[in-house]
Amino acid sequence: MEKFITLTSTVVPLPIENVDTDQIIPARFLKATSKEGFGDNLFRDWRYDKNNEPISTFVLNNPTYASTSLSDRSILVGGKNFGSGSSREHAAWAIAGYGFKVVVSSFFADIFKNNAMNNGVLPVVVSEAFLAEIFAEINKNPNITLTVDLEKQTLTNNATGKSENFAINSYKKECFLQGFDDIDYLLSKKDKIEEYEKTHG
Amino acid sequence: MSKTLFEKIWDAHIVTEVPDGPTQLYIDRMYCHEVTSPQAFAGLRSRGLQVFRPQQITCMPDHNIPTLHQEQPIADPISKNQVDTLDKNAREFGVNYYPMGHPKNGVIHIVGPENGLSLPGMTMVCGDSHTSTHGAMGAVAFGIGTSEVEMVLATQCVFQSRPKTMRISVNGKLGKCVGAKDIALYIISKIGTGGATGYFVEYAGDAVKSLTMEGRLTLCNLSIESGARGGMIAPDETTFEYIKGREFAPKGEEWEKKLAYWRTLKTDDGAKFDKELIFNAEDIEPMVTYGTNPGMGMGINDNIPTLESIDEASRISFQKSLEYMGFTAGEKIVGKPIDYVFIGSCTNGRIEDFREFAEFVKGKRKAENVVAWVVPGSWAVDKQIREEGLDKILADAGFEIRQPGCSACLAMNDDKVPAGKYAVSTSNRNFEGRQGPGARTILASPLIAAAAAVTGRLTDPRAV
Repeated sequence: MEKFITLTSTVVPLPIENVDTDQIIPARFLKATSKEGFGDNLFRDWRYDKNNEPISTFVLNNPTYASTSLSDRSILVGGKNFGSGSSREHAAWAIAGYGFKVVVSSFFADIFKNNAMNNGVLPVVVSEAFLAEIFAEINKNPNITLTVDLEKQTLTNNATGKSENFAINSYKKECFLQGFDDIDYLLSKKDKIEEYEKTHG
Repeated sequence: MSKTLFEKIWDAHIVTEVPDGPTQLYIDRMYCHEVTSPQAFAGLRSRGLQVFRPQQITCMPDHNIPTLHQEQPIADPISKNQVDTLDKNAREFGVNYYPMGHPKNGVIHIVGPENGLSLPGMTMVCGDSHTSTHGAMGAVAFGIGTSEVEMVLATQCVFQSRPKTMRISVNGKLGKCVGAKDIALYIISKIGTGGATGYFVEYAGDAVKSLTMEGRLTLCNLSIESGARGGMIAPDETTFEYIKGREFAPKGEEWEKKLAYWRTLKTDDGAKFDKELIFNAEDIEPMVTYGTNPGMGMGINDNIPTLESIDEASRISFQKSLEYMGFTAGEKIVGKPIDYVFIGSCTNGRIEDFREFAEFVKGKRKAENVVAWVVPGSWAVDKQIREEGLDKILADAGFEIRQPGCSACLAMNDDKVPAGKYAVSTSNRNFEGRQGPGARTILASPLIAAAAAVTGRLTDPRAV
């Protein structure tokens, strides 16, 4: 996993509530056996019509929100209860594959949140008021930027200068800062696992 | 110290705890299907690792498999590749495996309990959010992502933050034609699809206790639709009776030993939950959904909420949802014509579901305008359908039984509802496009599905 310390980027707004993982990546695109390529089908049925033509009203097809560089438009801002539904990690692969490094919302579904973190995508939970203000500022100026400072655990709306703290447990924070993943840690605990099995057999 | 049922099982499975971090939780059993496991096996291979405890892993394809002609190769080459990949992985890594067509194949969450693989007191995971189903046995069972599947393959452990606990009690007596599916859709309609996010739910109360084991599996199955990490029900005589004699259930002395332990698996008097919700069974009507998430549900004779009754911030999403469904705020949907009926899935693909459906359609005829997909949850359910003669009843009423699999629940195979068509479905999600691009899903119980199938309309089963 890549290290994540701080990020300042323009954003892509998706002010819809309850964005479920079937919208993020529909089931018919789950048939791959690798993790690559899911970004092309991110929000497929909102993004393309049945003839595979881009739907111009969808935000990812709006030239205003097209990214011009890797560090641009890498924050997705979604409505509350983002990522509900299926446990498909393909949703996280699609979001990461498209180029998002951070998803901001006022509420995330549990499994999606874990999946995102396991793929180096940082879910940032802010208050509903702070989220509403971000959407309002984007409406005024689509080129506003947000800054995520993981060390300080703050999200700053650079249009207003206002910041809010976000929660992350210190273990996961360290994983992001160092670019570690869970499996390395678990593998280092094999003796504890065998000990557990002996005492709980 | 008094403990909840959840705490008893969770605490008994802690290997280590990271300070201000997650718990390393030991997993007794993992189920794997073809969609969420290939990248996990690939990860294992690239790290040069073996499966740590292959006997505790059970794999089967269910999502992609066709429900007709399973004896032939899968026609869709991409689906076939995914199913073949599971086949290769399962054989190479030496895990338990029930391929397509195997007598033990079926929807993974149907197969586990019916074979005695899912038992009280266990921790169980699967790369599938409906793993919550197995909690009905009195277990801690939850869905995980593919990275976590890899962790379990490699170490038989996952990292999980300890969830908060919630008890949902449903007290009183259920009305006519009201069952487990209605209880679940009712609860979700009250608390919303994020209402239990962050919590592990224990269902309690006499209405829950009165459910059969299969009804309990349906109720726990839908826990994830309120956002819960999982749902569980304390095991009792109903549970033990269900498990006894199943193929992988403990036998003889081992059974007695386990039974003594299982009887301790209940929430102690005085144990504290982080949140308690109480509902009355008498308030629950046969339920349907009208929108595009399982929280948008109501009694079958109710009116869709008016726009004014919706929180201002939520109105855009509400309207988008009704537009997709072709419904209008404030209107009734009972009596509306429907096009498809699907009975099956990990939610309602068990023998009792087909008994209910068959009993209702007995002596009636499927409406001409309705396409009905009757899909047993497993080959074992299929066998029982035939042994009980339900196949004849269904055939006489104009229904054809298909072969087991997830089928139209998420339409990864050919069972897709066409755009704009209405499907009354006993499955678990009415998300946009869930049953095929543009498909309009109305979630309901097997009884409402049966009533819709014979009348061609959304019909209150009590009125037929």
